[in-house]
Amino acid sequence: MSATALRERDALVESAAGDSPGRAAWRRFRANRTAMAGVALLALITLFAIAGPWLSPHDMETNDWERIQIAPTLEQSHWFGTDANGRDLFVRVAAGARLSLLIGLVTTGVAVLIGVLYGAVAGYVGGRIDQWMMRFVDVLYALPLFFGIIILVTIFGRNILLVFVAIGCVEWLTIARIVRGQTLSVKQMEYVEAARSLGASPSRIIFRHVVPNVLGPVIVFSTLLVPTVILVESFLSFLGLGVQEPQTSWGLLISQGASAIDSSPWLLVIPAAFLAATMFAFNFIGDGLRDALDPRDDS
Amino acid sequence: MSEPLLRVRDLSVRFRARRGSVHAVNGVSFDLVRGRSLGIVGESGSGKSQTCFAIMGLLPQSAECTGSVRFEGDELIGAPRRTLDRLRGQRMSLVFQDPMTSLTPHRTVGAQLCEIVRVHDGASAAEARRRALEIMERVRIPDPERRFDQYPFEFSGGMRQRIVIAAALIQRPSLVIADEPTTALDVTVQAEVLRTFKAVVEHAGTSLILVTHDLGVVAGTCDEVMVMYAGRVVEHADTSTLFAAPCHPYTRALLACRPGLDSKPVARMPTIEGRPPDLARGEPLGCAFAPRCSVATSVCEHSRPGLRELTQTHRAACHLLEAGQ
Amino acid sequence: MLRFVATRVAVLVPTLFVIVTLSFFLMRLAPGGPFDADAQLEPEILDNLRAAYDLDQPVTTQFGLYLARLLQGDLGPSIGNKDYTVSELIAIGLPVSIELGLTALLLATLIGAPLGIVAALNQNRALDTAISTLAMTGIAVPSLITAPLLTLVFGVTLKMLPVAGWGDGAWQNKILPLVALTLPQLAIIARLSRGSFLDVRRLNYVRAARARGLPEWRVVVFHALNPTLAPLVSYLAPAVAGVMTGSIIIEQVFGLPGVGRYFVQGALARDYPLVMGVVIVYATAVLVMNLLADLAYAALDPRLRRGLFGGARP
Repeated sequence: MSATALRERDALVESAAGDSPGRAAWRRFRANRTAMAGVALLALITLFAIAGPWLSPHDMETNDWERIQIAPTLEQSHWFGTDANGRDLFVRVAAGARLSLLIGLVTTGVAVLIGVLYGAVAGYVGGRIDQWMMRFVDVLYALPLFFGIIILVTIFGRNILLVFVAIGCVEWLTIARIVRGQTLSVKQMEYVEAARSLGASPSRIIFRHVVPNVLGPVIVFSTLLVPTVILVESFLSFLGLGVQEPQTSWGLLISQGASAIDSSPWLLVIPAAFLAATMFAFNFIGDGLRDALDPRDDS
Repeated sequence: MSEPLLRVRDLSVRFRARRGSVHAVNGVSFDLVRGRSLGIVGESGSGKSQTCFAIMGLLPQSAECTGSVRFEGDELIGAPRRTLDRLRGQRMSLVFQDPMTSLTPHRTVGAQLCEIVRVHDGASAAEARRRALEIMERVRIPDPERRFDQYPFEFSGGMRQRIVIAAALIQRPSLVIADEPTTALDVTVQAEVLRTFKAVVEHAGTSLILVTHDLGVVAGTCDEVMVMYAGRVVEHADTSTLFAAPCHPYTRALLACRPGLDSKPVARMPTIEGRPPDLARGEPLGCAFAPRCSVATSVCEHSRPGLRELTQTHRAACHLLEAGQ
Repeated sequence: MLRFVATRVAVLVPTLFVIVTLSFFLMRLAPGGPFDADAQLEPEILDNLRAAYDLDQPVTTQFGLYLARLLQGDLGPSIGNKDYTVSELIAIGLPVSIELGLTALLLATLIGAPLGIVAALNQNRALDTAISTLAMTGIAVPSLITAPLLTLVFGVTLKMLPVAGWGDGAWQNKILPLVALTLPQLAIIARLSRGSFLDVRRLNYVRAARARGLPEWRVVVFHALNPTLAPLVSYLAPAVAGVMTGSIIIEQVFGLPGVGRYFVQGALARDYPLVMGVVIVYATAVLVMNLLADLAYAALDPRLRRGLFGGARP
């Protein structure tokens, strides 16, 4: 065979060898420009959250009575202006960023943990236990998540830790459902049967076989869960049911900004812009992940 | 000589992909005489299915289709929707490959069959029902009266395919195109469905184009066979001739791959090394099969062989044939 | 089919019961009570107050009393708003919330669904990108932000519309809240319908229907419409939940006298009967909507009507 033919053949073989699905997905994700833009945006905001307080000479609570409600300016390093109590907005927005991101990540982590365990157990054990477990989920599902959270917060007071827990307690439901569904289908697969016949214990099977296969949809969902959590916390704080002074969050800042809307609009616009940007970033990333893990060619 | 039922000349289908375009069907030409059956054989990606969609006018918007397809005197390429609607389901019909997805799940089987009759013939509900039950019987659906009001999900795969066949034949078309009609079925069911299909088609004198990758199916069902590779026709002959004296190296290799009942057990089953060219990377320079061909020469790699008439009924595209192979 | 409906309805009552019970006991378990703020009152007066609201009885007795009254339609007196019973407050607030919510949902569907289809028809071209970006914005930017921003632009800067208040139902007062409430749902529905339409176009059985020579209108109405509607219908129930959640924020921002506002007030003041009453109303609405959505879904998918795998297969 000639050189060209050999080269063609080698190229064919190379492309046929392929990547592992994980590697291929990562490549697709990296190629997705909006997703990468989202990652960059998120990185910037995180950087702001961490480094913000160091950059500014002010702190969250000091009232500068001589500079009440001034618009963003370079003077005195009040880069985002001040609020009705003379507090610097830049630092407060950074603090809000810290809180929101923290709540988002920690709560999602908790929700995912509970959801995955609950769903995996329900799906694996099956039978009547599964039925009852899922019925419990269905009942809790009947009430919109937001209401459940408000109820919990009403009961236990406006404690910041409780906000974490309350949101987490309510958001695990969908994950449990997803995981249970996946577990049921994985359970049918032959290699699980094989493992079982070889005497592997249920917990071992769950962890080594079920959980890795469930990871895909869970990851995508978690990425979309983080902004939901941040949003719920913002809603709560906006209504006065979430984070309380002296701590601050974007929701609280927006609420304060909304009441001062005619005199100092920047108090609303700046925290709102940050919240919106974070939402966009997570949405882009989530969409990118979904497309990377499950590409649907639109052409 | 009477005008053939179907006259395909230089049919080409090009898809616009992200990088460049794919010439899925490239210069395909053939005639089909009324009452005859043609098998189109090839690997996945050979363009056989796209040829059928092109004939039926079912290609997606992004596809460019050139050439000529004359069916019973009507030109189909570029024909307006109204012409196609008049012909499709009525004079020519298509049996799709996957019965699980080619019937509308939210309508009863009976409703879907009657719809065809009423749209094409303007028949009454009662008349349409009668025709539907009749065709259901002919494709051997047991208890058609009860089955009439059932939904596709209430049928097994083989039964669903019979319904699909019924829908294709209910208006007694002159041409039926079947795109791998039994591939998606269980092996045990395949033979039965194929037998029923063949019986009904022969009984009505309908012409048939059967697309498949299974040479065995072709041997038992078709009068002529056309072998496609990388979007082009590489050989076209009467079935008996093709099986007895295949000329193109690809056809020969395909036939050699099939284990026979009396073949001795061997350590390794013969295969054709390599894979068909990725058409997304552009058209291959010479003969598309050359990289995998055991008798390829340097001519084969640089110049594309055209389809030559070896006899009245036998064509093949290979450089080595003029040397009297 | 009847069995399907009956089972669904039968589940409704126990579910509601569980929710009521859970809420009730959770509320009572909380540290602190509704009168903590009035701590400066004389102990006897506090005791009298407690007795008036049955708060001096053991919890289980309180529950029994509550249920008994509930079955008679009495949701109890509001602790925070002393002159009103919970039922009265809800009766005032519900029409406002319902009007706003239903209109928002209707607008979102009537505008969103066609918008999504238009985007799909122009896939990957300018119009599609524009619509998809707007949809993405509507989803990412919460009503938390759009409501005050709308107020800023139209109320304060342009002075075109009132900033807050219900104004006894004047149409000017309804516009901004309606827009803020509709936008997120409109965005989601547009996205759903776009995706759904694209999926349907590629369905094998839609192509098969064309292959039978059916005119396009028949293909669309009898074969393609059903699967296009399916994802939208399944979104119906969550959509209602979304609107209810959104209306809480909207009512707060615009100072509208709706049920959501009472809910928040009640939560802040620990007004148990009020919060319970609102929870019951909302939960009932959600359950009923879930039922309607299930029914609509069953109307679309025969497998649900016949029971999956219920038919005979050879």
